[in-house]
Amino acid sequence: MLEYVAIALMIVVSTFVALSAIGMGELLGPKKKSKAKDVPYESGMLPYGEGTRRIPVRFYLIAVLFILFDIEVIFFLPWAVVFRQLRIFGLIEMAVFIGILLVGYAYAWKKGALEWE
Amino acid sequence: MISDWTLWLEWLIKSLVMIFALLGGFIFLTYFERRALARMQTRIGPNRAGPFGLFQPFADAIKLIFKEEFTPIHADKIVFFLAPILTVVPSLIIAAVIPIAPTTELFGRTISFAVADINVGILYLMSIASISVYGIVLAGWSSNNKYAMLGGLRSSAQMISYELALGFCFVMVILLGNSMSLNEIVVAQKDMWFAVIQPTGAILFFIVVLAEVNRAPFDMPEAEQELTAGFHSEYSGMKFSLFFMAEYQKMIVVSMITAVLFFGGYRELWFMTDWFNGALSVDRFWFLGPVYLLIKVVILLFVMIWTRATWPRIRYDRLMSFGWKVLLPLSLALVFITAVGIVLADVLKSVLYFWSIPVVSIMLGLFAVAVVQWSLRSKFHGRS
Repeated sequence: MLEYVAIALMIVVSTFVALSAIGMGELLGPKKKSKAKDVPYESGMLPYGEGTRRIPVRFYLIAVLFILFDIEVIFFLPWAVVFRQLRIFGLIEMAVFIGILLVGYAYAWKKGALEWE
Repeated sequence: MISDWTLWLEWLIKSLVMIFALLGGFIFLTYFERRALARMQTRIGPNRAGPFGLFQPFADAIKLIFKEEFTPIHADKIVFFLAPILTVVPSLIIAAVIPIAPTTELFGRTISFAVADINVGILYLMSIASISVYGIVLAGWSSNNKYAMLGGLRSSAQMISYELALGFCFVMVILLGNSMSLNEIVVAQKDMWFAVIQPTGAILFFIVVLAEVNRAPFDMPEAEQELTAGFHSEYSGMKFSLFFMAEYQKMIVVSMITAVLFFGGYRELWFMTDWFNGALSVDRFWFLGPVYLLIKVVILLFVMIWTRATWPRIRYDRLMSFGWKVLLPLSLALVFITAVGIVLADVLKSVLYFWSIPVVSIMLGLFAVAVVQWSLRSKFHGRS
């Protein structure tokens, strides 16, 4: 477990590097406020409405599908580590698992969840 | 054990070396990319500052430090400030598990040349790769800018879609290396690189990491023409340069990961071990490890830049369907082929079956290319 302390130390050091970079910019850069500068950049047009508006529903669909399949990928990792001990039993088990996975995948494809139009 | 100050010193030195190697790599990668791109486009590129323009990155850095930082009106100030840090920190710490030389006795103690040689290295890589999505999404969301918002969303959808294929590529490597520790994976490639055993897997992995780090031809999140640089269009000065830094460091890190997983990491070419009585081997001289790794990383980085100069950006709907309909089933099939090959070689006690893995996977890769080609052609002719 001791190695994780080293990772924590590296997180602290790299956060410090990032903060000091921003701090240097804040310290040395000029500060001249003006109204036009505060406006979000939209290719020279005056922006109207909120910047964070409603999102197309496809993105949610992708997120849900991702959660489904990513959990399945995670199941693969421990299986792969012990695969040489499980041998043919592990292979058949995983074939069944992949089979079930592929049914869901084919269903999502058939329903048009993977289309982006 | 934890109160041993020399251990803390070792960790501090290792993480500082890793971080500053990545920072230095970032500085010269920007120069390398501009020069290489210029060459490919028959331009000269930066050649004024210093010999061959080598000081150009430092000039850029000094310029960026003295730029004004501003926050757009109605932006979420805290998240806007945190987003560049959240982007750059994962890009640095993901390198913590990458071994750059074999474990050696040095100064009377055993030193492993990775900041943390953990036994679930691949799981760590996967989790940190997922965390790096946050910075980009939050940057896009907090800017209160429609372009930035779209860029952040596109980026998150793209990265999570390609992460599935990335996960299956990792599974392939674990199957071949029989371990999740990156050090053991490198040692397992002593006799043969995994890129030779699973060539389609290596190419697939490279395509997927290109999408993961938002490089051309998958650089949709920062499509200059449509989104004016996407998620970081509201950032200026040092905050912008942190995003820039994260992108280039991620390039270096994924090249390192590709080298470790498929191209033998810090080890020499597998047939070079016995040359000159092992004088070129890392088993004899540990300090050759970083040199070999550096050579592999530079070659992979050059391929990335080459790709950027050669291919146009692909359309977003095609990018998503490529990820979901081609890469995901292909990588799943490759995992299955690898597993079947290992079991066959194991049960029938013949290495010959093991070599069915590269043959079948190359055939499958060619088949996938043919299917993509055919489907694009039929679409093209259908429209005209």
